[in-house]
Amino acid sequence: MSTEFLIHNRVRLALHTLRAGSGRALLLLHGLGEQSPVAAPAFAAEWTGPVVALDFTGHGASTMPIGGGYTAEILLADADAALTHLGEATIVGRGLGAYVGLLLAGARAEQVHGTVLADGPGLSGGPSVPTSQPVFSLASVDSTPDPYALVELGRDLRPPDYAATFSRMAVQRSSLDEPITVVARFRPAWLRAVADELGVADAGSISEALANYRS
Amino acid sequence: MHSLHVVPTTSPTLADIPGGRAPDREYRIDAGGVGIAIHEWGDDDAPPLMLAHGGFDFARTFDTFAPLLADAGWRVVSWDHRGHGDSDHAHLYSWDADLRDAAAVFDHAADRRAVPVIGHSKGGAMMIQLADAQPYRFASLVNIDGIPSKRPIPDVAEHERTKMLVGELTGWLDHRQRTAGSQRKPGTIDELAKRRGRMNPRLSNDWLRYLVTVGAIETDEGWRWKLDPSMRFGGFGPWRPEWALMRLAGFGVPFYGMLVEIEEEMGWGTVADDVRPFIPEGGRLEMLAGVGHFAHIEQPNQMAERVLEFLGAPA
Repeated sequence: MSTEFLIHNRVRLALHTLRAGSGRALLLLHGLGEQSPVAAPAFAAEWTGPVVALDFTGHGASTMPIGGGYTAEILLADADAALTHLGEATIVGRGLGAYVGLLLAGARAEQVHGTVLADGPGLSGGPSVPTSQPVFSLASVDSTPDPYALVELGRDLRPPDYAATFSRMAVQRSSLDEPITVVARFRPAWLRAVADELGVADAGSISEALANYRS
Repeated sequence: MHSLHVVPTTSPTLADIPGGRAPDREYRIDAGGVGIAIHEWGDDDAPPLMLAHGGFDFARTFDTFAPLLADAGWRVVSWDHRGHGDSDHAHLYSWDADLRDAAAVFDHAADRRAVPVIGHSKGGAMMIQLADAQPYRFASLVNIDGIPSKRPIPDVAEHERTKMLVGELTGWLDHRQRTAGSQRKPGTIDELAKRRGRMNPRLSNDWLRYLVTVGAIETDEGWRWKLDPSMRFGGFGPWRPEWALMRLAGFGVPFYGMLVEIEEEMGWGTVADDVRPFIPEGGRLEMLAGVGHFAHIEQPNQMAERVLEFLGAPA
């Protein structure tokens, strides 16, 4: 595994190459509180391009910010920095990474060649409508994952219509007929809304989903 | 015989601003690792009155309004939000983080006692949320043109709306890719004042020039606004402005909301009829005629009178 660092504003993002290859990269986005795997996962066995994985802000080998302030949209910009570096990619997101992958699929439909939304930590996020939410501060720690990330991204609002807008943006502008594939078995409200959209496919496993995005 | 006209070269000062007064105390606190600058007017022993500024503003924009409140017997406590004014530029910015910083300022200035609070624009909307989450901190709340309501949605077809959102999104992402190491554009006092005039079209040039001297720093290349260059107007996210209204309805403390008649770039364009059903029991909502979003800067005396009458004598 080799690691390079990308700069996103004041944050250094760790982008790991888990396996070299030629052709389009497979970009892995981890779940909340996780970090990139150290080796290419089994589902990537038949992927011929490079297999790379990004550590989000406050996770893995990326910068630990001071004082919190996480949003899924900032993580979208993390993932966008990786996509820009790679040129184009197919994405597999776990949990929180699935939600961020969806946002990126909508925002950069021309550069993202298929996104797979898989189960993982942080898949559900917070409520889909505003509730009374505590204002809190947390003690600082020396190593990732950042406790602020765990709390703030574990409760961020994910209205179903907001999520569905991103899948529509992906479908309308992608060259693929089905640019998003849902493999997650647990489906919170935002993911149910996405799965119901035209152009969003279902698959039984990540490797099955990737088979449609290899070419 | 020719008369000699001397072009003034000195920076504008408070002497140019009628009623303007610098804070009596300025210091910083550590809010969970982020340095937050606090600016206070009035007697240190007087009862605290918290004052929250709006987005892209800073506490010194209260240099004419706050002294009037202080002279009425309040210890007026304002602070620069992270990334604004003299506070630290942070790694990350969010509404939740701003509320956390605000809570640290309240803890410092008012302990956990209930105190009156004034918020303008985004500061007003933030205080609505803080009052919902931590009502014990609030004795009353004054909101100056900071009650968001439903965003007007242009009457366009679905695919056009999608295209607009894509434009906003990619614009924001492209901006994020350029922010590393970026700085605010330098210029003369007049140039910065002119730029800010686009956000503050109804405020005088004297005021805008003065703001440069407290809201910007002078570098070798010229003056630069202190505001974190990674911050940008617009943006997107799951938050809907009208959600603030749901919290407003449940307030248990006296509430005084003011909306302004003249719409401006920095305002939400809130319509009184949208807000009225959510005004809490006994609360007050007033539409201010003939002023814009920065009513407290346009008419500091009238605004202070209204607020002081609502708050009553400091106790």
